[in-house]
Amino acid sequence: MVTLDRTSTDETARRSWLERIPPTYWVVGVLLLILPAFVSPFIMFQIMGWSLILGLIALSLTFLGGYGGMVSLAQMTFAGFAGYLLAILGDSAVDTISQGWPWWAVIPLALLLTVLFATAVGWLAVRTEGIYTIVITLAIAAAFFYFTRQNYEIFNGFQGFNSVLPPHLFGVDWRGPVAFYYLALFWAAAGYFSVLYLSRAPFGLALQGVRDNPRRMAALGYNVTAHRVAAYAFAGLIAAVGGILLTWQSSQISPGTVGIQPAIDILVIAVVGGLGHPIGAFIGAIIYVLLKTFATDVLVSLGLSGERFQLLIGLGFLLIVFFSTDGLLGLWRRFRENLNKDPLTGKDRGRMP
Amino acid sequence: MRRFARRHPIWTAILALIAAVLLWLIFAIWPKGLSDAIGSKKIFLNALFNGITLGGLYFLVASGFTLIFGLMRNVNLAHGTLYLFGGYVGFYTASLTGSWLLAFPVTFIVVGFCGIVLQFLVFRRMEGQDLRQTLVTIGLSIVFADLMLWAFGGDFYNINPPEWLSGPLKTFLVTGVKRDGTLIFLKYPMVRLVIFAAAVVLGVAMWLALNRTRIGMMIRAGVDDRDMLSATGTRIQVIFVGVFAFGAGLAGIAGVVGGTFQSIAPGEDTRFLLASLVVVIVGGMGSIPGAALGALLIGLAEQFGSVYFPTYAVVLTFLIMVLVLAFRPQGLMGKA
Repeated sequence: MVTLDRTSTDETARRSWLERIPPTYWVVGVLLLILPAFVSPFIMFQIMGWSLILGLIALSLTFLGGYGGMVSLAQMTFAGFAGYLLAILGDSAVDTISQGWPWWAVIPLALLLTVLFATAVGWLAVRTEGIYTIVITLAIAAAFFYFTRQNYEIFNGFQGFNSVLPPHLFGVDWRGPVAFYYLALFWAAAGYFSVLYLSRAPFGLALQGVRDNPRRMAALGYNVTAHRVAAYAFAGLIAAVGGILLTWQSSQISPGTVGIQPAIDILVIAVVGGLGHPIGAFIGAIIYVLLKTFATDVLVSLGLSGERFQLLIGLGFLLIVFFSTDGLLGLWRRFRENLNKDPLTGKDRGRMP
Repeated sequence: MRRFARRHPIWTAILALIAAVLLWLIFAIWPKGLSDAIGSKKIFLNALFNGITLGGLYFLVASGFTLIFGLMRNVNLAHGTLYLFGGYVGFYTASLTGSWLLAFPVTFIVVGFCGIVLQFLVFRRMEGQDLRQTLVTIGLSIVFADLMLWAFGGDFYNINPPEWLSGPLKTFLVTGVKRDGTLIFLKYPMVRLVIFAAAVVLGVAMWLALNRTRIGMMIRAGVDDRDMLSATGTRIQVIFVGVFAFGAGLAGIAGVVGGTFQSIAPGEDTRFLLASLVVVIVGGMGSIPGAALGALLIGLAEQFGSVYFPTYAVVLTFLIMVLVLAFRPQGLMGKA
């Protein structure tokens, strides 16, 4: 693969890196950056902010599932764990538990401990394969949910923590709509590009090798288990960033955030978007958030009760997984291939649409 | 058993010791110090019986799951939905016909038919694609959970057992001694004991059918090499549809049992799906004796947990699962 592509990469390498960015990236990037100029604060904070955060958490699942072949339902648990650490070590309304440490100590510590937690879960989960991984991570998510709901000494039980706010840095209120939008956008972009970079780096390539044929990779001298556990650690880091942002956005963390339903929602988001490319997580997240915000209105206007929102999400999810192996991205790819095909002969037309 | 004892003498000794202590706890009249330390014997015996009978219920749900997974490698995460649906069907059959016993065959047939539909529409189209099966069945369970919420509402449904089964049964186990020296015997709900006995009979029958009959032989052969079996002229798809229908029907029956034991309500589907997942992981996927052992362990852990350390009872079951996974990933009775 690599040697075959050599001539073309030589040619592209001669162009400067700015010229090599595909035009789509320019358009989307500029649009996202100037978005605050013409949308309401509600859309920026509630829709875009939330989509970017959920997309970031789903991205950690895309990385694990798409590149590592391990579908984990514990990603929301990692995110929630980071959020809980933020509330416990930092500031919240529950000042009997919260330690009130400064943000520069709390955030790195929360990230570090979450990565350790994810590594431990990963070590447990990689002992199994396929469906077992899903089941075990689902069980871990359920156990964490019940634990946080029952434990009042550290996790403050059913209520959880509220008023967990981002620090006031550089004189900016980071929970203001515009500031929070840019914050979420920055970390979403960072997550997106780091996954994209990692998927082409030696580690990512080895991970994809492990996904496709673990025995052959082991025979080539790669440590299969270590690669998988490291993938869990990295995915845990992405999920932790998402979890911290999620906690700031809703300014609270409670067992409801880490329940079984949110864990499955993350899976739905990642799969609906498509596990084949990191952008899928964000596409899925935007669709999910739009549905969750506006489905009730649409259902009511159609004469149905607004409670049937879950049905709508479930049906959409079902249709997509039933007809496509790779979510919306897969459908899009198939659509493009069909466009490129001659309807009479079934052969390629020899041009890219 | 003898081979196990020869290979693991220490484990055998520990297990024998636990069994002896358990027997003593069950049959002896507790000295006063023990009752003061861990509560009265009545509480202990009730927790034990509740745990064992709950294990029977878990076995009914999990055996269908483990059968379907172990024999066909089909991942059916809509199993909890089948359970809940079975409960509703059983409730309406029982209240319309007035016969509790009739609810079982009707539910078995209705839910078994749902299983056949699932097998034809979903699993046959994506044979061997674990992930897609998982996702599609998750989608199905989301959709049907909401449809059932729509149709049946969020109320709790209780299925009432018939006259001759309701009321307590006086057992021969002594819970204590009265001042005047007469013995107090444990009273336990009759219906739970009868259902547990039925679960045991069903489990033994299933094991015998798999290991001693011609159809069981074909099923086991199909698991090992389905192409070769179909080359010998066996209609393997028919067998698979039959097994799927049977497993789904079992989940439905478990729903009726669950409605009699406890109640049927939205959310029970997830609970029993999780329970059967934990049971089959602890016991070993695809093994009927494993499902029985796992169900018993989880049922006991849940009940003893809720009596002796109520705060973390739910976490205890998951802890057992994590421990089993860490030291024996294939499950207690699973094949390596």
